[in-house]
Amino acid sequence: MGLTAERKQELEELCKKFRIDVIDTLHSVQTGHPGGSLSVCEILTVLYFEKAKVDPRNPGWPARDRIVLTKGHAAPMLYRVLAEKGFFPVDEMKTLRQIDTRLQGHPCSLETLGVELTTGPLGLGLSACVGMALGLKHLNTDATVYAVMGDGEINEGTVWEACMSAAKYKADNLIAILDYNRVQLDGTTDEIMPLGDVKAKFKAFGFEVFECNGHDVEELCDAIDSAKAVKGKPSIIIAKTVKGKGVSFMEGKNIWHGRPINDEEYKLAIAELRGEQ
Amino acid sequence: MSKTLREAYGESLLKYGRDNERVFVLDADVSNSTRSIVFGKECPERFINVGIAEANMVGVAAGLASVGFIPFVNTFAVFLSSIGLLGARTFSSYSKLNIKFMGGYGGLSDSFDGPTHQSLEDVAIMRTLPNFQVFVASDEYQVDWLVKNAIEVEGPMYIRLSREATRTIYTPGTLFETGKGKILREGKDATIIANGAMVQFALDAAEILAQKGISAGVVDMFCVKPIDKELILDCASKTGAIVTVEEHSIIGGLGGAVAEVLAASNVKAIQEFVGVNDRHAECGPYSALLKKYGLDAEAIAAATERAISRK
Repeated sequence: MGLTAERKQELEELCKKFRIDVIDTLHSVQTGHPGGSLSVCEILTVLYFEKAKVDPRNPGWPARDRIVLTKGHAAPMLYRVLAEKGFFPVDEMKTLRQIDTRLQGHPCSLETLGVELTTGPLGLGLSACVGMALGLKHLNTDATVYAVMGDGEINEGTVWEACMSAAKYKADNLIAILDYNRVQLDGTTDEIMPLGDVKAKFKAFGFEVFECNGHDVEELCDAIDSAKAVKGKPSIIIAKTVKGKGVSFMEGKNIWHGRPINDEEYKLAIAELRGEQ
Repeated sequence: MSKTLREAYGESLLKYGRDNERVFVLDADVSNSTRSIVFGKECPERFINVGIAEANMVGVAAGLASVGFIPFVNTFAVFLSSIGLLGARTFSSYSKLNIKFMGGYGGLSDSFDGPTHQSLEDVAIMRTLPNFQVFVASDEYQVDWLVKNAIEVEGPMYIRLSREATRTIYTPGTLFETGKGKILREGKDATIIANGAMVQFALDAAEILAQKGISAGVVDMFCVKPIDKELILDCASKTGAIVTVEEHSIIGGLGGAVAEVLAASNVKAIQEFVGVNDRHAECGPYSALLKKYGLDAEAIAAATERAISRK
């Protein structure tokens, strides 16, 4: 079922707000990862506000869907989305990465309500999602596990171990979404570790593969619907994105993986995100 | 000699896990060796073999634990405490996910496979992880309790097993307590604090010493973390000489844990460390390795005499 024009606009407005707020937070705390936060914005927004069964009033609901940000460094965007959803006050964003905060540099399931799994060290998130998916199937729930992955992350060999086990155990309640922005910390994925034919690779590892524009909320929704219909094997949505999306001087630039934003850059970025230039 | 600790483990896992729907068992293509296969054959719907992928095994276990299951991950201790370490640290230590790490083939027990497969660092490594409890099993009845306890008690645990059999020390149904060592023999000249397969040799050493008129006590410190401070300090103040004995590097394991307690106390006592002396071993028959690397009753007795002479 497609999005109504009205709903599509609502989701896009949310994304715009989240981008502005995340840049605002990262500028004020002078630490954190802008590039990957901006690229994953629509993916997280669509999951939390359109597709996944998640209820902040009942966070321990056993049959809820599990959304896991396996690329844990995009925590700022995850936190902003969780706050909007109602897991904690939006105001708490200003404590990001500061002493005594609940908003750790990388997501911690013990610290932050709504965070399903501790992530940050790359490579093991998908394995845990496979375990969640198999466990939830064993419990006969219809819950879906969404693993939101980075493309640099798939350099880690364990990701492929996880893929093989997902296929072996027919984890069809597992949907991976790849934030395919083609830039990692040290450079582009082509420069650092060429990924080759990503679609063919996941297909060869037993996944049903879908592709979409990862900044188009409608395409993301359609891809998730298609993935949910797959039976007998796991799915992955290769969501084509732009690292630093929305702030032109950050777009596609690896230096913006984890660099603090100065005052001048902040003004430019906010003006652009607000559509003032 | 009784059954091997791995055989005892496989049987206990099946005994306590069969009817407990929360128990999941995972292995990394060594289930025939670790004996997790005993459970796997009876409960295939709760058995996952991830292939030769130890890191992934721990990750999958984390996911299972996060939705309420009690996963037991099984492979050789050396691989679990190295390849499995990132998951152990991130998911169990930091996030307190209830995973039971079962280190098979501990110490030199995988003797013929050589140093690549022997594990002399695992206790030191796993002991540094916050929120972990660390155990080293000394006989089949203790293994049985450890498995039952691991299912009943929430929280991350590392439990080191052995490929080999040990002499039976306890009786069926013996109860143990986390953080409490077992006094197996009282002594007034020195106390030998051992764990794992070394407990049997510590008892032998105490016999050898008794024939020389030396009274040495023996404690089975099967729980390395939390360590039984009270018992260590009680023994140290009574005998003034402590000998720690472990099938492990002398760095960072049981000896280290005991030394940390003694150093922070006001009790004046000597400590001797029996273990593998900061080196890798080699392949060969198990008993020959134990003798060559100073882990037999004679070596323990000699260390005890050294400790007493230093008082």
